[in-house]
Order: sequence, then structure tokens, then C-alpha cells
Amino acid sequence: MLKIARYALYDILRNRFVVAYGLFWVLVSMSFFNLESDPVKGMASLLNILLMALPLMSVVFASIHLYNSYEFMELVLAQPIRRSEVLLGQYSGVAGSLCASFGIGMGVPVLLYEGSLRGFLLVGCGLVLTLVFVSLAFLAAVLMRDKARGIGLALLIWFFCTILYDGLVLMGMFAFSDYPLERVILVLAFLNPVDLARIAMLLQLDAAALMGYTGALFHHFFGSALGIGLAVLLMAVWVVWPLLWALRIFQRKDL
Amino acid sequence: MLRIQNISKTFGRLRVLDAVHATADVGQVVAVVGPNGSGKTTLIKCILGLVKPDSGSVLFNDIVIRTDPGYRRHFGYMPQIGRYPDNMLVGHLFNMMRDLRRNTTHQTDEELLEAYRLPDIFHKPMRTLSGGMRQKVSAALAFLFQPQVLILDEPTAGLDPLSAEILKEKVLRERQNNRIFIITSHIMSDLDELATHILYLVDGRVAFFKSLPELKALTGQERLGRAIAHLMQRRETQS
Amino acid sequence: MTSRLISWLTAFALFTSGKSLGARTWVVAPGTALSSINDAIARAKPYDTVLVRGGLYREAVVVDRPLTLRGEGRPVLDGEGLRQPVSIRASHVAVSGFRVVRSGSASLEDLAGIKVYNARYVYVFNNDLDSNFFGIYLSNSRLCWVTGNALRAYGEIEQTSGNGIHAWKCDSIFIADNRIRGHRDGIYFEFVTHSRIERNVSIHNVRYGLHFMFSHQDDYTHNTFMYNGAGVAVMYTREVLMRYNTFANNVGASAYGMLLKDIQRSEISDNVFYNNTVAIFMEGCTRSQLERNEFRHNGWAVRIHASCENNLFRHNNFIANTFEVTTNNQLSLNTFEQNYWDHYTGYDLNRDGIGDVPHLPVSLFAMISQQMPYAMMFWRSFGVLLLERAERAIPSLCPDNLRDRSPLMKPYHVAHSKHK
Repeated sequence: MLKIARYALYDILRNRFVVAYGLFWVLVSMSFFNLESDPVKGMASLLNILLMALPLMSVVFASIHLYNSYEFMELVLAQPIRRSEVLLGQYSGVAGSLCASFGIGMGVPVLLYEGSLRGFLLVGCGLVLTLVFVSLAFLAAVLMRDKARGIGLALLIWFFCTILYDGLVLMGMFAFSDYPLERVILVLAFLNPVDLARIAMLLQLDAAALMGYTGALFHHFFGSALGIGLAVLLMAVWVVWPLLWALRIFQRKDL
Repeated sequence: MLRIQNISKTFGRLRVLDAVHATADVGQVVAVVGPNGSGKTTLIKCILGLVKPDSGSVLFNDIVIRTDPGYRRHFGYMPQIGRYPDNMLVGHLFNMMRDLRRNTTHQTDEELLEAYRLPDIFHKPMRTLSGGMRQKVSAALAFLFQPQVLILDEPTAGLDPLSAEILKEKVLRERQNNRIFIITSHIMSDLDELATHILYLVDGRVAFFKSLPELKALTGQERLGRAIAHLMQRRETQS
Repeated sequence: MTSRLISWLTAFALFTSGKSLGARTWVVAPGTALSSINDAIARAKPYDTVLVRGGLYREAVVVDRPLTLRGEGRPVLDGEGLRQPVSIRASHVAVSGFRVVRSGSASLEDLAGIKVYNARYVYVFNNDLDSNFFGIYLSNSRLCWVTGNALRAYGEIEQTSGNGIHAWKCDSIFIADNRIRGHRDGIYFEFVTHSRIERNVSIHNVRYGLHFMFSHQDDYTHNTFMYNGAGVAVMYTREVLMRYNTFANNVGASAYGMLLKDIQRSEISDNVFYNNTVAIFMEGCTRSQLERNEFRHNGWAVRIHASCENNLFRHNNFIANTFEVTTNNQLSLNTFEQNYWDHYTGYDLNRDGIGDVPHLPVSLFAMISQQMPYAMMFWRSFGVLLLERAERAIPSLCPDNLRDRSPLMKPYHVAHSKHK
């Protein structure tokens, strides 16, 4: 797996998209830190961009890359090597290079302008979301034989996680506003990786407001080792299960 | 010895391979021939383990090929269209393949590598290579590890005449070295030179599997193309 | 303001004049003939000095005559949880240099480390108070100074802890440079008028850092109130001046940088509100001015009830708050002008530094989260951002007369030189 990952990483890091992707984050981070007088305001704007753009670019790049590497993967699979090694190697290559590109692209400006816990948490959230959405994109790509449909599915996953899910929950929340929904909403917010990352950042950026009305619940939950542990675990699950599922399908798949 | 036993495969409703049965022994060059969509590529993929047959099995040296990828160290594969990572350097590609086969192969056969002067372009990224150049790379890779079984999918398509000649000579030479070749091609004249046996597929079924001399004797034709056409016509009139 | 200054000067003159009458100094030290402070006080003539040397004194000191009671080498007055270490029942008394610990606590009488009864010209300064029920308690007194004391208590719930500096029915008192920590309310005033509270630091108190009621015409400047359970509460008071104070890190479900209830004709200017759940909560406030304050990183910068009217918000800076203003009514009778709002998205075509379109500081989601607090969990999500944008474009729920018609394009420059 490591052998393949190494070569995939080498190849993808030279990809023009990945270089542009890194530069994009440099540009966005620098401009927000420079434009906003207050670093927290800058971080908040950056978070908005990150939650939308990062999953989008991750799913699109990962799924396109996987489809484009199909023939080469066939050739590699004609060698004495396991399918799981090939897919995991590709995953490491794609996720690793996107993480490196994003990590440097946003990490350096954050280090220069912010250099705080919340700054690094923002970069950390970005890295984890990259892992999650590359994982989901791989799942979409092995589920669909046809490239257009696979990319379509990946986009659908992105749309669902970043836009539709919150919208549905909000609508439900308004519709059933007479009921005590606090816990339900908390659980629902926890099930979506984008929301999970967003809430982690909210706790840094809007701590004062969060400690207001929802103070008790939030404090009990996120302040506790259980809450943090559960959040980390759920994120890990979001990285692992799509990948494992993709692996299962890939191992039985006719190429 | 490579034995294909009763392999069937359907994709959705489409029956791509239907009880295909064939054997190839050392020193033989089996040409898999048939019209477009007759199941040639699927058959090759079944042999390489890329496609899992619904029923039937592939035996290599009397051992059934299953999920364990180890058997493929005896195989070399040249795909129809070689597509490689854009930014990978040619040299890196060869390094990678050597890496993947480390511990399994001791000696490499760099004859084609030299004949095609590939070391001269080791510093170039794959995306800068023409289709023909990529075919040369694919061919060199297939022979590199001196595999017992060589599977060449349309090997001469896209190669310039000189390079195609080099490849054909290589096949003829290696045929003597106790290797098994499985070749698909639409260029009958090439197969005429190379093949010892012809496996003719139509709609996933084996129309016939005969040695070249046998085929020519049967049809009274000197050229392979004619012989096949003759045989197929006769089958149609019979049915 | 000048009248107050004159009264300070008079107070000082009167106190020092006592000293010139050939007063004696009584030295109290453990293991000597004079080892009891109360004995020394009993022997002292008015305006004498009782000098207490370092050591432990377990007595309920009662000062019943004009006196200078001075500790040297930080003598400890221990109430042992039973009694009140220092009671001052006379005017013209100065107490300094002591460490006062473990006052008794009682539910009927408010026992304190140092308590002043019905006196004038009492000076309590440079004392350390630790683990007392109430810290320094001024009851029905005038013209007193409480300065440079450090008060520390370890209260965990409101019922079992008293206030740090507590004043009831006082006039013209001066509370400055004290550090208060861990009491119920850091500074508590009830019926205290014409007084000044300066440069105190009141932190980590169980309830309020500062709490006052019915205390008119007081000035609060350069104080710091941080990490208090419920922030600062000021109620039923008129003509208060609060300037150059810092209200920070008062976070919790009912924590306010400052809670203003029934405040009239007051001025709240040049303060900094940083990282409070609600920076200013206003209820029943009228005719007050809030100017040049900085609101930064708060959950809600201003929460203003419909019962407030004729208040003026001008030249304040609202920076990186989650929400800027919320209210519970469609109607707003207060004026917002020339504030800097960093949520403002308008433009300034004529480059006069003032935005060309009004700013609506009340956001839709702030209103929603008032009714559905858990909606906060979706703050900064795409759906909510969309809602916010839509509401800004076509206001429907938000009170549209609560608006700043002349929002500043750049933060108002606050003269920080006066800010400590």
C-alpha cells in the first residue's frame, strides 16, 4: 500500500489542480485575515468558505482522479498485488496530497496571522473534512461504473451534507418548534460531518453566545470528555466507513 | 499451463462469456479473435483476475486462480490502451513496477526497454508521451519481469511498423523460451506470423479453438484472415 | 462633580488635623504587656494611634473612638469563624496594614471582616482580607474611603458567601484600587449616593462583579469586572456615570457584561465589553447615553427590551460579536447613530466615512435563537446564512425602525489614552 501511496502522492502533488488548490487557500486565507480588522471575524468568514468549498473540491477532485486512474489501476492490478492495497494506496495519495496542499495553503497564513488554538483547529477541521469527503467520493466512484454518474453522485453527497441536511433540519425545527427538540437537534447536528466541524469551530468563535441559552446542554456535552471523545469518534467513523464500504465493493467489482 | 474451464460471465442482462473453454500450453501463442464485443477483453480480464467469472474457473499450472494475487507474478500484461498517471516520470513508472514486484522477480528482461530506447525518456512525464510511445512503455513493462504468461491486448495497434516488428520478433523469440502468450488483435497478418492457436469468440461463445496449421488445412486457405472467414461462412450455412 | 471633590478635601483635612493635637502611639505586640488590641483601644485617647505588630490576634476588635489603627508586619486578626474581627463604631478612624481572616457568618446579622457602623471619615486601606463572610461592610456611613485592599473569599454558592465590599445607605464614599475575588457580589451598593468607584478589579465572584440598586449619582471609572457568575447588575438608579470600565468574560446562561434595569439619565461611555454572553442587557432604561463603547467577541452585544426608550447609542464599535442587537418588540424608541458595525455590508459611494444605506443590527437568526435557543447549533451553517441574507434584503421579522441610518465605515477612534 505504501509503495502505491508513494507514487500516487508523487504524481498528484504535481497535479496542476492540487497546486492551484493550495494557492487558492493561501489567497483566501490571506485576503480574509487582511481584510477583516478582527481575526475572529476573519476566521468566521474563512470557516464559511471552508465548509462549502473544501468538501466540494475534495469530492470532485477525488472522484475525477479515481475515474482517470482506472486504466492504470487495471495495469497495477495485473501485478501481484491486492486490490485493497491499490485502493488504499490511491486513497492515501489523493487524501494525502489534498491535505498537504490545503494544510500548507491555509496552515501557513494561519500560522502567520493567527497562530492560536482556534486557528489550528480550523486547519484541523479542514484536514479531517478532506479525509471524509475523499472517502465519500471514493465510495461514489466505486459504486458507479459510469464516470458522469459517479461524479454526479459525489456532488449529490456534497450537496446533501453541506446544504440540504441543514436546511431539512432547520425546516423540521421550525415545523416542530412546540416540542422539546434540544436533544434531537443535538444528535442530528452530530450525524453530519460538516456540522460536526462547524460546531467544533463555533465553540471557538461564538463561545460566548453558545454558552448563553444552550449553555447547560452544550457545556455538559462538549465540555465533557465524553462529548469530545464522541465527536472525534464520529469523525473517524465518517472517514472510515465510506472507505471500508468502497473497499468491499472494489474487491468484488469487475473492472 | 493455463486452463480456462467453462467460464461464464454476464453483465446485467448481457451474456459476455458463455461456457468458454480453452487451454494454452508453454510454447503456444493463443490468438483470441472475434468481432467487436465478442468478449475478448472480458476473457483476458478473467485470466488476470480483474473480472470475476460467474461460473467456471481459470487454472494456472493446475491451481485454481482465486483472490490471492500471488499467481500474477508469473503474468505480464500489456493493455490495449496504456494510460498512466500524468505526472509520473517514465523512469518512476519502471521503478514503481519493480517496487511492486520486489521479492518476486530476480532477473529482468530489458531487451525491449533498450530496443525502444526508453531510458532516454526516463526523465519525461507520462503525459508528454505520444500514444505510440506509451504502447512501447506498456510492451516493455509486460516483458520486463520475464513472466511465464504474457497477455498482450492489441499489442501492435498504434505502433509504428518498425516498433511493431521489434515486438513481433520479441514474441517469436520468447515463444521458444517456454512461455505462454495470449494475444488479441484485429490485424490478421500479425497473428499469421505469431499465433500457434486461434480461439475464435462470437457473442461470448467459442466458435472454434484450433491450431493454426489445423485451421489452414481444414479450410484450405493459406492466409489466416481468409481461413477464418471461410470457416465462419461454412458455420453459418450449416446453421 | 466639584462639590464632591470639595467633600473629599474636607474629609482629608479633618482627618489630618486630628493628628496635630499631640496624639500618642500605643504599641501592641504578642507577649508584651500590651498584647490585646482592645486593651490598647480602651487606653487610647481620641486621635491616638494604636500600632499593632506582626502576630496572631484572636479578638473581636471594636473601635469606638476616633483612632488610627495601624498594622505593622501584617498582623493577623482571626475571627475563627465565630466573630467579627473588626467593628468600627466611631468616626475619624483609619484601619490599615492588617490581614483579616475568617469572620463569623450568621444569617441574622451580616458579619464582615471589617464593618463600619454609622460613621464618617473612616479610612480602610491596604488590608488583606481572606475567607470572610462579608469583606468590608459600610453601614449607614458617609465620607469613607476604602482603598487598596485585597479581598479573597472562596464562595461556591450564593447562600453561603457574602459580598466583598458592601455598602448600605451611604453617601460620598470612595472605593478604589481594591481587588475582590470569590465573594458573592464583588461590590454591592444599596442606597449609596454621590460616590466614586475607581480602578477596582472584581473577578471570579459567585454572582455579580458589581451590583447596585437605588444608588444615584455615582461614578464608576476604570474598573475591571471579569469572570463573574452573572457579570454586573445595576438597577433602579438614575444619573450614573460609567466610563473606562472593562466588562469581560462573563459567560453563562444568565451572565451579562452589564445588566441595566430601570436606569435613567445615565452615561455609559468608553467602556470595553469583551467576550460576554450578553454585553449589555437593558430593561426599563430611559434617557441614557451609550457612547464610544467597544463591543468585541460577545454573544449578543446589546439586548434591548421594548421598555427602553430615548436612549442614544452613538460612536460605539461593534466588532466580531455573534449578534449585534436583539429586541423583543417590533417598535424601537431608541436612537442608534454613527456606530461602527462590522456586520454592515453597505457601501460608501461619496466617501464621507458614513455608509449610504442604513444598517439593521437586528439579525433574523438572533430573533429565532431567542425563541429556539438550540437553533444556535446551526449558526454559521449555509442555510442560516441564506436566511440572514434574505432577511437583510427584505426585512420582515426584524424591527425596521431599529436601524443605524448613519453607520460608520471604519471603527470610531476611541481615545485610549484615558483608558487604563
